[in-house]
Amino acid sequence: MNKAAYLFLALICLCACKFNSSNKTLPIYGNRTAVTKMVNGRVVNDTIYATIPPFKFVNQYGDSTGSQNLAGKIYVADFFFTSCPSICPIMQRNMLAVYNAFKDTPDVKIISFTIDPKYDTPPVLKNYAEKLGVTGNSWLFLQGNRDTVYRIAEKNFLVAVSKDSTAAGGYVHQGWFVLVDKQKRVRGSYDGTDPKQVAQLIDDIKTLKAEPAAAGK
Amino acid sequence: MKMKVICSICALLVILIISCQSSDSLEFNRYYAEGSVVYQTHCQNCHGQHGEGLNGLIPPLTDSVFLRKNSDQLPCAVMFGLKGKITIGKRLFEGRMPAASGLANIEIAQALTYITNSFGNKMGIFNVEMVNGDLVKCR
Repeated sequence: MNKAAYLFLALICLCACKFNSSNKTLPIYGNRTAVTKMVNGRVVNDTIYATIPPFKFVNQYGDSTGSQNLAGKIYVADFFFTSCPSICPIMQRNMLAVYNAFKDTPDVKIISFTIDPKYDTPPVLKNYAEKLGVTGNSWLFLQGNRDTVYRIAEKNFLVAVSKDSTAAGGYVHQGWFVLVDKQKRVRGSYDGTDPKQVAQLIDDIKTLKAEPAAAGK
Repeated sequence: MKMKVICSICALLVILIISCQSSDSLEFNRYYAEGSVVYQTHCQNCHGQHGEGLNGLIPPLTDSVFLRKNSDQLPCAVMFGLKGKITIGKRLFEGRMPAASGLANIEIAQALTYITNSFGNKMGIFNVEMVNGDLVKCR
């Protein structure tokens, strides 16, 4: 009797595991609007999801990198500055785990936007990347127009950043890692200072990679 | 009854003697425990949970030889920060360590006791008198 119960329990667990892994989809964040359009002569309702708007910045190698280079790629975005004394080191230490997990996966990238573009020029960013042990093109550090970076951070990546001379290092910012899918939609936001959430991020990237291209459309 | 009283007095005496003998280690333990909290709040973000640093950006705290050799400089480094080039564990680091401003001397002593007795280091207590003495000589 007891044995049968255990067997049953084990079976349920197994089913539960399988069920979870095969059906998990990540939520889609941001405002959405419904549109009604004609497809093949029939009225169809469709949902338009919020997407990251086009941008074009300069990476640590001095080349331009923008949304064009990221089309059809999954990427993780964060906001930092190289002279940051507060949460950046712990964020980048955790981001290194993401980097190491996906550095050989061409369709997964990491984009770190500097919020101090005046100081963080491409040579400074390159030096920083090298010291961090980052090579190649899978983790890019971008310098862009300050106002543009701040605007997309707050409006599109939903990360608050601001200049504040009273804060350590001169800037206030949040340590979110934002997960963006191949259709430029925000699919997750993780506390970059918490190794547990970053482990979840790595899992979610795998889930996202397995997602069929048309899912959620 | 009498036996019981004698026994308990004896036990008390033994406890008293043991605690007297280890008052040094008691002080060390207190410094070390408090120091781990100071470390977590003021040092760990950059230097890491295990004092591992961050690759070529932030030096580790595991170079026992460096710590021992420069022990009288450590309070100043914590209090006022560091700037420029520094070689730690045969690796050259360049940059700036921010000052842990607002720390009391006793907190610096506690943090340094924690650091110099963790991560493979074993230097014994770094007490507040040592910190006071070293801070006067900061360059």
